[in-house]
Amino acid sequence: MKTDIIIAGVGGQGIVSIAATIGMAALHENLNLKQSEIHGMSQRGGDVSSNMRISSNEIASDLIPYGQADLILSIEPMESLRYLPYLSKTGWLVTNSAPFININNYPELDDVVAKIKSLPHNVIINADAIAADIGSRRSSNIVMLGAASHFIDMNFDSLKEGLRQIFGRKGDAVVDANIKALEAGRKYVADNYKL
Amino acid sequence: MSKLLLLGDEAIAQAAIDAGMSGMYAYPGTPSTEIMEYIQHSKLAKEYKIHSDWSTNEKTAMETALGMSYAGKRSMVAMKHVGLNVAADAFVNSSITGVNGGIIVVVADDPSMHSSQNEQDSRFYGKFSLMPIMEPKNQQEAYDMVYEGFEMSEKLNVPILLRITTRLAHSRAGVERKEVQKHNKLILPKNPTQFVLLPSIAKVQYKELLDNQAEFIRLSEESKYNTYTDGTDKKLGVIACGISINYLNENYPEGVPFPVLKISQYPIPKKLVEKIMAECDEVLVLEDGYPFVEEQIKGVLENEPIKGRLDGSLPRDGELNPNIVKRAITGEQFEITIPEIVEGRPPALCKGCGHIDAYQALNMALNKYGKGRVFSDIGCYTLGALEPYNAINTCVDMGASITMAKGAADAGLVPSVAVIGDSTFTHSGMTGLLDAVIENTPIVVLISDNYTTGMTGGQDSHALGRIEKICEGLGVLPEHIRVFNPIAKNMDKMVAILEEELAYDGISVVIPRRQCVQTMRNKELVAKVKELKLNDFE
Repeated sequence: MKTDIIIAGVGGQGIVSIAATIGMAALHENLNLKQSEIHGMSQRGGDVSSNMRISSNEIASDLIPYGQADLILSIEPMESLRYLPYLSKTGWLVTNSAPFININNYPELDDVVAKIKSLPHNVIINADAIAADIGSRRSSNIVMLGAASHFIDMNFDSLKEGLRQIFGRKGDAVVDANIKALEAGRKYVADNYKL
Repeated sequence: MSKLLLLGDEAIAQAAIDAGMSGMYAYPGTPSTEIMEYIQHSKLAKEYKIHSDWSTNEKTAMETALGMSYAGKRSMVAMKHVGLNVAADAFVNSSITGVNGGIIVVVADDPSMHSSQNEQDSRFYGKFSLMPIMEPKNQQEAYDMVYEGFEMSEKLNVPILLRITTRLAHSRAGVERKEVQKHNKLILPKNPTQFVLLPSIAKVQYKELLDNQAEFIRLSEESKYNTYTDGTDKKLGVIACGISINYLNENYPEGVPFPVLKISQYPIPKKLVEKIMAECDEVLVLEDGYPFVEEQIKGVLENEPIKGRLDGSLPRDGELNPNIVKRAITGEQFEITIPEIVEGRPPALCKGCGHIDAYQALNMALNKYGKGRVFSDIGCYTLGALEPYNAINTCVDMGASITMAKGAADAGLVPSVAVIGDSTFTHSGMTGLLDAVIENTPIVVLISDNYTTGMTGGQDSHALGRIEKICEGLGVLPEHIRVFNPIAKNMDKMVAILEEELAYDGISVVIPRRQCVQTMRNKELVAKVKELKLNDFE
């Protein structure tokens, strides 16, 4: 198997937790992985992204070539479009619909949504609302991971195991809230999309 | 041993711990910061009492590591590429002193300038200092090179430069650990004058270093990290340095058809280069950073059929990637089309950041003097150059705010203002302030104190609780050291203080002081701020 994922969003939205969870899940399944991210200046409310590569074979490059990503997993709608050059023709774009507006020239949200919906393989869901519904507002990033889990070639249980390892130090309540968010995102997509 | 999922930076740190390193010295700088942070959080490092406090700057870090080496123990220094400019005096001379305990100097370059002001290539510093350079292709090689590097340094009597780039520093992969080695015993150098670089001694040791170059080249030629893989298509050969080999392999999952020379250890392995040049019609050189290898092979006379960054086969600047490498070999173009609707999202100062209020006050106070008088420095506050603040006019290097303001004032631009952060002030600002004090230059030095090294993620600041004493000690008059809390309701007072000091014909220091909003959850720091009564001012 091979899954190349671009994880996208804005600094502070929890991209690192998503990447770490997938990473732990990949280790759990004994898969090879390379995950590259940008730290530093770009964290201050700027756009951030991570290249996540999982494979049963050896992985050469830390960077995903253009046109080869199987999945764009984005916590922010406009940010999901920034990485379109990486998406393969058969790849999926899975994004949160709730915008993070910290710039004056943020485009009309309707136009952003229309552009996303014009893509052949897209999933756009309001992860912030789903997270709020289950009483876990800070878990919208993990809701998005759950939503995207349909397109990641790993056992769903491995992602749960990943969450346990990443959030274990913060106690059972935090682990449970995140697992709940993961399941909610997965279910929402299963119920509302033909996959 | 078990496999760990580690950043390149973390693999380096873990290897140093496992290799019996006794002291780690560094100043934070993206993308190198996580090396020290990993050691600070390592239980094993604590158990072995490995030194892991931050240094004031890269030069003090390099020199302290050299002192530990003098005492026989293994030490490591880490910094970002521009930090090596600061440490250069000690670094260059350390190859002439040689080592007692092994030293590894890790320098993280930042091609594409993800978080830096230039993309200088540290391999030039290694060559300049006549030091062996290691350039790992991945996290595992980074681990192995550090693990073996201390012994290599001790054997060759020279520090080893480990050169990485942002991509490896900040990329995770599985890493296999090795057994933990014992620390060296405290033992003085056999030769008591080894570290005395008087000309008479330096001349002798420099000759030894020169004589050792042939051995360094031989080791490169035999290194397991420099590999020659034959290929069937000899129209082209590829020399791939460090991580660039991965971009090449990415394009040929079934195996590269051309002969490939991978270089991860320098000086350049001469015989292997001769071989690939003899075997192939043309050779493409892949390297992240400057055309370091390409230029050396090509030479001034350009007698060799070399392709790379100099002839336009590859871009002259910026990071490589799989597509750029493919284009250089096959001519296959690629297009990057981001939908027009997507707007740029530059980094910005955090909501509630004290620098914002300080800049507002400064802009108001400077209104009557006109624009173009503010010299700033390296840190979060550099973002004050952007909209909506437009508050600063320069950012060059660590410490250049105070000195440039002084130079401008010397030229007649009065008042001139310097804006510098607390950590940058102790890193490189104090000496410049002394220059201004000596001449009582009419500048206002605004030290925006947020109790931390903010830009790199909230590391300790050596300035914590010491700024006024340092300024007084350097000779700034106490009545011209003004402190205030930069919050909106203090705006009138802040502007008034700044106006008074701008009107003063001499050196003054103004300190807007409020904790960085990113460190509010750092209980240790909050407790320390309370203990030092840092918030107890009007």
